[in-house]
Amino acid sequence: MPKTLFDRVWESHVVSEKAGGPALLYVDLHLIHEVTSAQAFDGLRLAGRGVRRSDLSIATMDHNVPTLPGRVTDPLARAQLDALRANCAEFGIPLYATGSGREGIVHVIGPELGLTQPGMTIVCGDSHTSTHGAFGALAFGVGTSEVEHVLATQCLPRPRPKTMRIRYSGELPFGVTPKDVILGTIGRIGIGGGVGYVLEYAGDAIGALSMEGRMTICNMSIEAGARAGMVAPDDTTFAYLESRPASPKGAAWEAALDRWRALRSDEDAAFDREVEIDVAELEPQVTWGTNPGMVAPIGGAVPDPSDYDDPDERAAIERALAYMGLEPNTLLRDVRIDRVFIGSCTNARIEDLREAAAVVEGQRVSSNVRAMVVPGSATVKRQAEDEGLDRVFEQAGFEWRNAGCSMCLGMNPDILAPGERCASTSNRNFEGRQGSGGRTHLVSPAMAAAAAIAGHFVDVRESVGART
Amino acid sequence: MKAFRSLTARAVVLDRPDVDTDQIVPKQFLKRIERTGYGEFLFYDWRRDPEFELNRPGSKGARILVTGPNFGCGSSREHAAWALSDYGFEVIIAPSFGDIFFSNAVQCGLVPVTLPADEVKALMTAVGEGGAVTVDLEAKTISDPAGRVVPFEMDAFVRHSLLNGLDPIAQTMGREVEIAAFEARFPSPVETTSL
Repeated sequence: MPKTLFDRVWESHVVSEKAGGPALLYVDLHLIHEVTSAQAFDGLRLAGRGVRRSDLSIATMDHNVPTLPGRVTDPLARAQLDALRANCAEFGIPLYATGSGREGIVHVIGPELGLTQPGMTIVCGDSHTSTHGAFGALAFGVGTSEVEHVLATQCLPRPRPKTMRIRYSGELPFGVTPKDVILGTIGRIGIGGGVGYVLEYAGDAIGALSMEGRMTICNMSIEAGARAGMVAPDDTTFAYLESRPASPKGAAWEAALDRWRALRSDEDAAFDREVEIDVAELEPQVTWGTNPGMVAPIGGAVPDPSDYDDPDERAAIERALAYMGLEPNTLLRDVRIDRVFIGSCTNARIEDLREAAAVVEGQRVSSNVRAMVVPGSATVKRQAEDEGLDRVFEQAGFEWRNAGCSMCLGMNPDILAPGERCASTSNRNFEGRQGSGGRTHLVSPAMAAAAAIAGHFVDVRESVGART
Repeated sequence: MKAFRSLTARAVVLDRPDVDTDQIVPKQFLKRIERTGYGEFLFYDWRRDPEFELNRPGSKGARILVTGPNFGCGSSREHAAWALSDYGFEVIIAPSFGDIFFSNAVQCGLVPVTLPADEVKALMTAVGEGGAVTVDLEAKTISDPAGRVVPFEMDAFVRHSLLNGLDPIAQTMGREVEIAAFEARFPSPVETTSL
């Protein structure tokens, strides 16, 4: 029977299965951070349980850490970071703490260390674990009880999800990035469209993307409601992985390549749902509302609730516009911004920073805008500095910070003030996400950079095109 | 985990789609390292509005929440389920749920009931301002204040776990022989301790 990529990874990790019940799935790698783990370790202690496989677990500090140098002054954040340190020491779990040189956002460091490999199962107490699917792994977020479950057993009982393939044809136009691809996709299928599914992103347009681009797309699978998204591994994947610290070496590398090349969907494999998208028709995207599905092309305008017949839809748009402080029919390019955030597990890898720097080079941030760049990891930061990107940003008036989740979720000192409007390369524009009362517009790194310079949203294709 | 069989209690209607976990419990409360005490942070920003549904007199003491589709979308924070439970909710009824929220709810004994969208709308109308609803997990029915008895579906394993208040970790640990056999056959490709 023909199989999908998902089928192959799923079936090779089923420990046991009973008819009518969930499968017991083996977890190859468990990523841990400070925010969703403390209660799980407490649960283990209360029940007198240990960590089954500390050698398949790894921890870092990302959500709470300040991105300016100095000690953590927030006592709650410090207690949570201290708890992670103590828990990792007690249970023998490797920890890349702040200052170790390998710290960073958990979904940036896994791939960069070579721990994320094709065909693996990966979980983490974080919904953006879907990022790792870019390597052909089955990777999904879990809650704290399931973190505890994996710590204790290295397994999770899971019902088998449905499968959806999103096939991208065409060639990405100039100035249209992977972020625009995924925002456009979410706009199309809706933020609940992927609930119950594992997505496979396929087609020539995906094959043409770098690993960074694929990670941006898989990262936001959860914003379409899907716990996981996957891309079949190929030569781009293998080139990225070769000679990373945790990648197989020598004969083991050759053997791994043989295994990994088999990880793909058969030509005639059946999916529960298929979606086709022509990327040639996509434009740079900007969200206007309070969820990632409330999105429009930069050439478009804020919608008018009176155009919608469905009362629930109309009410949701009215609520979103009231929160966002936007009038119906306003052109997106007329929306002025106060802040720019380039960072997060969606868009803080080296390629994202290069994309933004190319737009920024030789320009100045608008005098009304405060802009910052937060590399996804200490490694990304070093690499960017080796390439001189830090100077490009700083000379333009951007703040250049240390690695962390930063303003993606406002759990650290980097937050929006009430009413502030931000062009952000992160993944969620929910009410209050970046700070209570803050207004978030999701965009690509190039679009965020162009908005920083103009002081309002602009079509990056025109702002860059005008200079070249 | 507490076992759940049946509950008759006041319900409150929150007729909004896509209520995300950032609204259910905002990020600034995720720094605590305890599992309890999140009820006061539930819908923290929305509750500052005196007109918010949970602030109305008719919703006092409600233990059942009736809400719109895709409830609990967004982050994996189990704090959202903890906050709902700690506030006093035992059942959430919606046309659909965010995947991770659904799992988290079941893990802590908060009962997520899925009904077709039109049934949820009818239930919302019947509940009005604080009507009582009976959720019978054994019979898989919901009885509303208008006297209607609506059947619902639930995954058999999920229902069994909720009805019996099972500890899922203990269940998995009971399969040690199979887990050890799997590990012997398929060693994991990476080792985090040797980097």
